[in-house]
Amino acid sequence: MSWLTELFRERRDKTSANTARERLKLVVVADRMHERGAPSFLPELQRDILKAIRRYVQVPDSAVAIDVSRDDTMEALELTITVPESAPPAKKPPAKKARR
Amino acid sequence: MAKIIVVTSGKGGVGKTTTSASFACGLAKRGHKTVVIDFDVGLRNLDLIMGCERRVVYDFVNVVHGEANLKQALIKDKRIENLYVLAASQTRDKDALTEDGVKKVLDDLAKDFEYIVCDSPAGIEKGAFLAMNFADEALVVTNPEVSSVRDSDRVLGLLQSKTVGAKAGQPPKEHLVITRYSPERVQQGEMLSIEDVKDILAIPLIGVIPESKTVLNSSNAGTPVILEDNADAGQAYEDVVARFLGEDRPLRFVSSERKGLLSRLFGD
Repeated sequence: MSWLTELFRERRDKTSANTARERLKLVVVADRMHERGAPSFLPELQRDILKAIRRYVQVPDSAVAIDVSRDDTMEALELTITVPESAPPAKKPPAKKARR
Repeated sequence: MAKIIVVTSGKGGVGKTTTSASFACGLAKRGHKTVVIDFDVGLRNLDLIMGCERRVVYDFVNVVHGEANLKQALIKDKRIENLYVLAASQTRDKDALTEDGVKKVLDDLAKDFEYIVCDSPAGIEKGAFLAMNFADEALVVTNPEVSSVRDSDRVLGLLQSKTVGAKAGQPPKEHLVITRYSPERVQQGEMLSIEDVKDILAIPLIGVIPESKTVLNSSNAGTPVILEDNADAGQAYEDVVARFLGEDRPLRFVSSERKGLLSRLFGD
């Protein structure tokens, strides 16, 4: 019998109303955060990361994308760095020692 | 002291004007002196839904600009005692309404009316903001549909942060009105349920208006649907008004009446 109930549950989970509810929850959270303002250090973080990457390879501003997602229990910082295969190496070689 | 109620939603076409018209009618029918104002400057429609489009001489913008006084611009409803309409202007001038101008008109109306119902335009631009800015309470009209719920959430954010009340530490009291609800489709898993919408928007529900052919029929005729005594949508609006005035009424028209096989075979 259990496979039957499983089947029905699965079907129920896949209704379009359920899909709508899940999508809405995510988008509403994102909207609210946008309204309140994402953590204020994000643009600076993005600039710093770009600067670091550019010590090695030339990339456009769009190479670094930062997203924040939140649910009830946690907050996740998603960092996507896209380096084009054809990206030229940085003009200056990376410094041997980190600048103090 | 007059109470100002904004009917708002963010998204267009969800039933703000239908709700404003019926809500105002319902308050007036119960003996409360009520005025309903169309804030949708440039896209006036409340007059059509109220059935007074041929009696508009002066409008809201005329009053704000001092080209007419309130007495000249208020249109008295012919069916219901105590009910007045203030039409929007058809001007394309975006700045026709000003914050000070709107405040002055609302203050003047407050001397004479118990309830001032503000029918907001769609969107979150100036017109929508001015409609909600001075509100004591808000009816947030939402369809059980993703874009409508999302936009309502945005509007709730504005009500809670940008209005005069919010800035004074007393944001408008919010009420959720779910419109175009179809219990059958909810049961089929095709539509967000009342619980889903309440869960996401997290404000108290004041009523659920079922999807109904009567709504279109009554807007065709210029009769607010609440005046259609036999229509489920009209009765649902009646319930909204009753609850707004403090009555405790159970929800109606929210469960599917699809008959099972047995009852179909053997009748009721």
